[in-house]
Amino acid sequence: METLVFYLFGGIALLAAVSVVAQKRVFYSALSLILCLGSVAVLFLALEAPFIAAVQIIVYAGAIMVMVLFVIMMLDPFSAAAARDKRRRLTCLAAALGLVALVVMFTLMRAHDPAALPVDAGGVPLAAAPVSRLGQLLFTRFLIPFEATSILILVAIMGVVVLARKRS
Amino acid sequence: MNPYLVLSLLLFLVGTTGFIVKKNVLAMFLCVELMLNAANLAFVAFARDLGHLQGQIFVFLVMVVAAAEAAVGLAIMIVLYRRRQTLNPDDADTMKG
Repeated sequence: METLVFYLFGGIALLAAVSVVAQKRVFYSALSLILCLGSVAVLFLALEAPFIAAVQIIVYAGAIMVMVLFVIMMLDPFSAAAARDKRRRLTCLAAALGLVALVVMFTLMRAHDPAALPVDAGGVPLAAAPVSRLGQLLFTRFLIPFEATSILILVAIMGVVVLARKRS
Repeated sequence: MNPYLVLSLLLFLVGTTGFIVKKNVLAMFLCVELMLNAANLAFVAFARDLGHLQGQIFVFLVMVVAAAEAAVGLAIMIVLYRRRQTLNPDDADTMKG
């Protein structure tokens, strides 16, 4: 099972990575990178790192890449012209994919049964144990690097505000 | 040989190649993200092989640094475009020695 997952999502990740480099339009490169990040997140799950997989999807593929896409749409003068040519075909594709997503989500919602989740004697889901160990490690042995990252983020925020403001 | 490390190596090589051949700072930035991601995969693979969570902590820190890097890098690109109307790094060679 793990071998199958590895070859499937490893292959998707590699193809998406090649597509990042091969695409002419930066916008499509960014979309390929999101696909690559998602496949690697599945590999993280296979490597028993559920927390890292979740952070990869939420922070990396979600927050960071959305910000990158905003900047690309703002700066890249070729994206808009290229997108207009294929708009009709892409609209059909988007509608089809949205329909598939709707059916999948609806099926999952119908199948969801909270009582079926594995629970240990203390009432805590078993899958939560490794993540709590990660948190313990982060707030004991690696407390100083963790606090250093918060200073780094603060410095980055101030730097961005200074860099991107309009000169009067 | 661990297959995850092989995949990580391949992803890193693709990212490096893209960083060298691309002529657009935004595309180069995406290739850097690709390389960071490959390194993260190697970290998690080692974490599982050695049975220790340290590798996952490192991935967490790498992601924080990547977020900060993305914010600052994109701000620099916006300033570059505003001042020179270009995204080609070859046009921004004022500091060339």
